[in-house]
Amino acid sequence: MHNKTVSELKKYLEEKKISSVELTKHFVDRIKTIDSHLNSFISLTEEYAITQAKKIDLEISKGKIRPLAGIPLAQKDIFCTKGLKTTCGSKMLENFISPYNATVVEKLNDAGMVIIGKTNMDEFAMGSSNETSYFGDVKNPWDTEYVPGGSSGGSAASVAARLIPCSTGTDTGGSIRQPASLTGVCGIKPTYGRVSRYGMIAFASSLDQAGIFTRTAEDCAILLTHISGYDPKDSTSSRKEVPDYEKECKQKFTSMTIGIPVEFLDGLDDTVKEVFEESIKVLEKNGCKFKKISLKSSKLGVSAYQVVAPAECSSNLSRFDGVRFGHRADNTKNIDDLYKKSRSEGFGQEVKRRILIGTYALSAGYYDAYYLKAQKIRKVISNEFAEAFKEVDLILGPTAPDCAFKIGEKSNDPIAMYLSDVFTVSTNLAGLPAMSLPMGFKNHLPLGLQIIGNHFDEAKILSLAHHYQQITDWHTKKPKLSGD
Amino acid sequence: MNKETIIKISDLAKIDIKDDQIDDILTSLEKILNLVDEMNSVNTDNVTPMSHPLNLKQELRKDIVGASDERELFQKNNKHIDNGYYIVPKIID
Amino acid sequence: MWESVIGLEIHVQLNTKSKIFSPASTNFGAPQNTQACAIDLGMPGVLPVLNEEAVIMAIKFGIAVGSEILDNSIFARKNYFYPDLPKGYQISQYEIPIVSGGAMEIIINGKSKIINLTRAHLEEDAGKSIHDLYPNESAIDLNRAGTPLIEIVSEPEMENAEEAVQYLKNIHSLVQYLGISDGNMQEGSFRCDANISLKKKGSTKLGTRAEIKNINSFKYVESAINHEIERQAVILDRGDSVVQETRLYDPSKDETRSMRSKVEANDYRYFPDPDLLPVSISQELIEEIKSNMPELPSAKKTRFINQYGLSEYDTIILVSDRELSEYFENILKDSDLNPKMTANWIITEVLALAKKNYLSVKDYPVSSEDLKYLLSNVANETISSKQAKDVFERMWDNKENPRDIIENEGMKQISDVGELNKIVDNIIKNNYKSVEEYQSGKDKLLGFFVGQVMKETQGQGNPKIINQLLKEKLKK
Repeated sequence: MHNKTVSELKKYLEEKKISSVELTKHFVDRIKTIDSHLNSFISLTEEYAITQAKKIDLEISKGKIRPLAGIPLAQKDIFCTKGLKTTCGSKMLENFISPYNATVVEKLNDAGMVIIGKTNMDEFAMGSSNETSYFGDVKNPWDTEYVPGGSSGGSAASVAARLIPCSTGTDTGGSIRQPASLTGVCGIKPTYGRVSRYGMIAFASSLDQAGIFTRTAEDCAILLTHISGYDPKDSTSSRKEVPDYEKECKQKFTSMTIGIPVEFLDGLDDTVKEVFEESIKVLEKNGCKFKKISLKSSKLGVSAYQVVAPAECSSNLSRFDGVRFGHRADNTKNIDDLYKKSRSEGFGQEVKRRILIGTYALSAGYYDAYYLKAQKIRKVISNEFAEAFKEVDLILGPTAPDCAFKIGEKSNDPIAMYLSDVFTVSTNLAGLPAMSLPMGFKNHLPLGLQIIGNHFDEAKILSLAHHYQQITDWHTKKPKLSGD
Repeated sequence: MNKETIIKISDLAKIDIKDDQIDDILTSLEKILNLVDEMNSVNTDNVTPMSHPLNLKQELRKDIVGASDERELFQKNNKHIDNGYYIVPKIID
Repeated sequence: MWESVIGLEIHVQLNTKSKIFSPASTNFGAPQNTQACAIDLGMPGVLPVLNEEAVIMAIKFGIAVGSEILDNSIFARKNYFYPDLPKGYQISQYEIPIVSGGAMEIIINGKSKIINLTRAHLEEDAGKSIHDLYPNESAIDLNRAGTPLIEIVSEPEMENAEEAVQYLKNIHSLVQYLGISDGNMQEGSFRCDANISLKKKGSTKLGTRAEIKNINSFKYVESAINHEIERQAVILDRGDSVVQETRLYDPSKDETRSMRSKVEANDYRYFPDPDLLPVSISQELIEEIKSNMPELPSAKKTRFINQYGLSEYDTIILVSDRELSEYFENILKDSDLNPKMTANWIITEVLALAKKNYLSVKDYPVSSEDLKYLLSNVANETISSKQAKDVFERMWDNKENPRDIIENEGMKQISDVGELNKIVDNIIKNNYKSVEEYQSGKDKLLGFFVGQVMKETQGQGNPKIINQLLKEKLKK
């Protein structure tokens, strides 16, 4: 049952071949058996899930069938879930029970999905390896000595390990696509503003975007339709109409012109390059035209990102002061002591590092040189993409410069860690939609293919991804797990 | 960037840094700033800074009261509450 | 040898129903933290959405003072830690405010002066820290957090406390006319920071300024400014220099003291709030607001002078308070009362009692309807002015109904000439000595005769007729 896709499970449930309670129990049991090796969940919400599943089963028996009725889901622990623990991977929120639901949570609940657990993540989504989580490293299901990528490492690993058919994620600089690439699953980051950010604990507000992990492009499309749309609670969400992505992506594939940025291939790892070129060949044979393009400023994406993201996070994380919620230090002498101790005890090293860098970049005398400059670079990068999309429908490249690295390999080298986002950050800076899907392996570790689209061109991305999955079978490969 | 800067920004950010950590932090922040400095390779004199990916305008909310009293819920897991107040060490102006 | 230069920053709470970025109520006086929703508390994941009414109110103010309304104003974050600031930053406007420029006229001793405005911007209020509730702790109430404010910044163009207070009063009056604030200073809806510096007489170079924070009454503004001017003058006189700093006015000690320790080290790290977008304001919206503007103090002043023939002095008093001017006009509505007499009554009788009891118009115990009834009785000579003043005091002090007093107590003026004739004749007969003195030129004695007649009529005689009768009869 756990090998079934969302689309298949939907049919099973609607045709009453299986009940939501049975399905819920199946996945809960599976997580209990296998996740001790992976650590992809921070919390299991078994009791809550069973109650939900019962409610859904009752509805189905009465003929009321919600669009995603009874399908199990894992929520990244960055999304506020009412009455459930929401930790954001941090000691700061170790005991935080959210008093409200994020819009994404509300929408998927309304669609009939059953939350089985909250997934592990880098602390406050700051990391590319899931090693900064207060709740321990997540292991890559393909080899547990390797990282699953981050920050949505738990969401990616759990889908890859078939512990859950789908999960949510967030992507600020690659936090959906890079772990999708490293664990061999599909992950889509929509256009900025496509999905509401309300209730998604903010890291860098102008870059953060919620998205989905599944095993197929079709499943991505199904879920994306349900989380997208304008939210009056999020001023930055878009009023643009939401298409039925599932229908759109399954329409007969029509020829596309696809751009390959020369900068992405420059100095690329040989195997990654070979695998990528192989996927180009496959697509070339199947109705795609390719064209070399140049995104010459995209290499500055990491630099600009390392200013914008920390600057915004330094301000966003000021609310964690020990006064109203979250970790509060004991025995504090005065208010300043309360702030400093609570924050220093509650935040991990990487979070503190980014807060400090961000505070510096915004401080008097440095604002223009750092923050303003970065926002200008953003514009330059964005303009280059806009130019490119005048000539091509989509842009294709590898998602990450390499396959998964070993746990501990880069944890003391922040710069090396930051550079693993080199192909993903630019799309966040420009607010573009992008997706990663499996395209092959380096040794035994998966590699991801990144498709970047113009603003609100998710349907096109999904259409190409679905097409690719009709002619290849990389997405059907599964890891061998101990306990499986 | 130097030690004094680290002390100043850590105070602004309300992050405690032990004396023996300052050097490490200084080194890692300097590395990040070196990476960031690559931005200067592009001339941006005539570029308008971009603070939002989409060219949207602010939506306005109607002036309607739509929140009820949820004090109990919000203060549920906080031990430092008295009579509905959040309690902090005495603030001396 | 020193000239003072004063600029004011006025914080005006806008009287929207809900907060500037959340749907929580802005009502004053609710139990602590019951009007602070998830957004006001800065809960993880929440986002601000701008209240339309706050924008409209800011535009109204801008139009009233002749400002430019800026399209695409930007909200920015002002970052600092304080327990009553839940997010660790205040959402305010920094580089591009919604209202730019503008001016306010002040008149002192008949002389007009224009005070230019720098800007007015929208921002959110903080909560309240209460320091005297617990011996070793402070208590935080976040009900006020997120209440909309406009901060009105003047140019440093005021020269003394009197000008500053007049400017402040005019802004106070204006926001009430516009209906955008209740202007309640006790409840903190209208607060002011003053920037004060001294310069050499005749010099154009401004001195170092000190900022006095959070002054919440006209009286305190005046004494805070005067004290600060004196303090700076003493420093400069002895050849020292003023330190640029923030000071707090302590009304109980009537002095300002330094807050240096807290505020000076701050670097607010302003940057555009990524959760909010540029505020687009269409010309149509501005036109629509313009066409719905209430009558403003200056227009009302001109109208009162023209329409009612009032003196400028009386008009300024009536018009300075929107509710008072409405109280006045409500009395005149559908009546043929003399406007001058009505204005006089309000200025001398009503305001005297109001000042004595520190009452604002909405708390007057005498409604405009009841005062209208009373004054009509004076106008048609049913009762005398003297009687009316007594009745008015009873109405004010005991909330008595004027109809009950006048009718039930038979408090009617005697205007019957026949009846008064008899009384006058009697008085003349019984005071022949005084009559002789009067007729020999002691005109002042007329008052004595009037008094006697009034006494006889228990104060109910119509003084006009009595005067007339006495003058005629005493001639002979």
